[in-house]
Amino acid sequence: MKTYTNPIYPYVRSPDQDAGPVRHPVVVVGAGPIGLAAAIDLAQHGVPVVVLDEDETVSVGSRAICYAKRALEILDRLGVGQRIVDKGVGWNVGRVFFRDALAYRFNLLPEAGHRRPAFVNLQQYWLEEFLVDRASELEDIDLRWSSKVTRATPRGERVELTVDTPDGPYTLHADWLIACDGSRSPVRNMLGLESEGQVFRDRFLIADIHMQSSFPTERWFWFDPPFHPNQSVLLHRQADDVWRIDFQLGWDADPEEEKKPERILPRLRAMLGPDARFEIEWASVYTFQCRRMKSFRHGRVIFAGDAAHLVSPFGARGANSGFQDTDNLAWKLALVLAGKAPQRLLDSYDAERTFAADENLLNSTRATDFITPKSRVSRTFRDAVLELAKKHAFARGLVNSGRLSVPAVLAGSPLNTPDADADFPRGPGAMIPGAPAADAPVRGPRGEWLLDHLGGEFALLAFGDAVPAGEVAALAGAAIPCRVVQVGGGATPGAVRIEDAEGLAARRYDGRVGTVVLLRPDQHVAARWRAFDAMRVRAAIAHATCND
Amino acid sequence: MGTLNTEPNLPSPDDFYEQLIGAHRDLSDEESALVNAKLVLLLANHVGDPEVLAQALAAAREGVGPQR
Repeated sequence: MKTYTNPIYPYVRSPDQDAGPVRHPVVVVGAGPIGLAAAIDLAQHGVPVVVLDEDETVSVGSRAICYAKRALEILDRLGVGQRIVDKGVGWNVGRVFFRDALAYRFNLLPEAGHRRPAFVNLQQYWLEEFLVDRASELEDIDLRWSSKVTRATPRGERVELTVDTPDGPYTLHADWLIACDGSRSPVRNMLGLESEGQVFRDRFLIADIHMQSSFPTERWFWFDPPFHPNQSVLLHRQADDVWRIDFQLGWDADPEEEKKPERILPRLRAMLGPDARFEIEWASVYTFQCRRMKSFRHGRVIFAGDAAHLVSPFGARGANSGFQDTDNLAWKLALVLAGKAPQRLLDSYDAERTFAADENLLNSTRATDFITPKSRVSRTFRDAVLELAKKHAFARGLVNSGRLSVPAVLAGSPLNTPDADADFPRGPGAMIPGAPAADAPVRGPRGEWLLDHLGGEFALLAFGDAVPAGEVAALAGAAIPCRVVQVGGGATPGAVRIEDAEGLAARRYDGRVGTVVLLRPDQHVAARWRAFDAMRVRAAIAHATCND
Repeated sequence: MGTLNTEPNLPSPDDFYEQLIGAHRDLSDEESALVNAKLVLLLANHVGDPEVLAQALAAAREGVGPQR
């Protein structure tokens, strides 16, 4: 590749290899984006983590390139969001073409007042490199390269691992094992577990090319274009003038043949024109699958990311949902390890994230059925929708080139405390219990965005001086601490005081003077009330941690 | 939620039928299929009501192919 050189992370012999089996509270298998996010999140909660990766570098090839707003917000909390945004290219606008004409154009973030755009595109290797850099800053992370797990055996209160290294194998014990080892998950196989679902009978060519181009930074999707008849094509911009082009090939294509430059170049020339100057950076041919494990928790082994669930790439719901997995898991596991919550809190990880996975699978399967119709009538309706979309607004809502990743609203979560006050809004985007917290521009000690003031631990977002100073101190000093973040109002000692710069926090949370909203450490709403009541807040925190 | 109206509702049935067949004049089977699909989508959007649409889909499928 011209624009990126994979770093080599050297194997370092661990003292564990010279001792008897050493026991660690958490071992993460896989130093991909999700494994690294899990490790960083746990370390930020003060949990020591060993990360094992069989390789000695980051992703080879760009792979996952679209990072959604919610994933960026999680990555902000992990301390790498800004580097990713600075290096990547942000986009909100998408265009859908049918044959030789524009069918319609959409804007994913029509609303101002959010720190992060709908999406930032960045090659996975850059993202992983930034995560490795961040992990290296944290003393609680022990990142071991060239360390391949060859056996994983649950033994009651621990998991026994055999780790193969250039110096030979050694044995490790983990109180908790987090498997982030990708779609083929060796750990899943070692445990005799399966991920069930469907394989789509279609093949796609991914070509990354390096090109100076005047294409705008938008997502362009073609159905049946003149330069690639009867199939779909996707164009996306990445960092460093690298462009991702995704050609649908059909099931009969030969993956080995299609990867050859002499096959790829004519396709690119047909699309970009005879005068375009570009170089191929990387190419791959893939099929895709939509499947998941029945349960993401198996005793002391927890699965996250592609190991747990796999979707088609249309909608960018793979890596983005993986980050939401570890965002959901880390605080729960930290509380269980600290003895502050029972193990069944981890069953809520399974409940919440299998629910989210099903939503992603549904959306991804529907997009796939639209993009690759399975029958003649399905194709006819697809073409009818695209024809109508050129002229009629209603049909644009039926065009499905991927419903792009938005976080799941965990409305049915067992950790929620249902609304007791009837006058809270419940429509789309409302901050109902289970919703991921909306951002808003503020002025406060942690910066200019509301989300910077939430997360990591429980937070009570209070509109006006709703919480007395004594209660602020009591909440902060509890076994499971909760900080009060006060929007406007008079001074309250101990509270984090922010100003609602544009009135958007009040609008998005329906915050009137006195309203309080309880947020979990992963920035999901746990409960909300029109007036502060210390007993109810404590009860809601207990409920959200399975301590009731 | 509404109910699918299967009572006579077209003011002039013969006129409509002629228009419907006329809309397919000079079209290949494939083109006709496309016109029908567009028509279904336009009318479905006009109806909007999911209950009514579900009843219409069930009524259309009734007696055709394996029943679900």
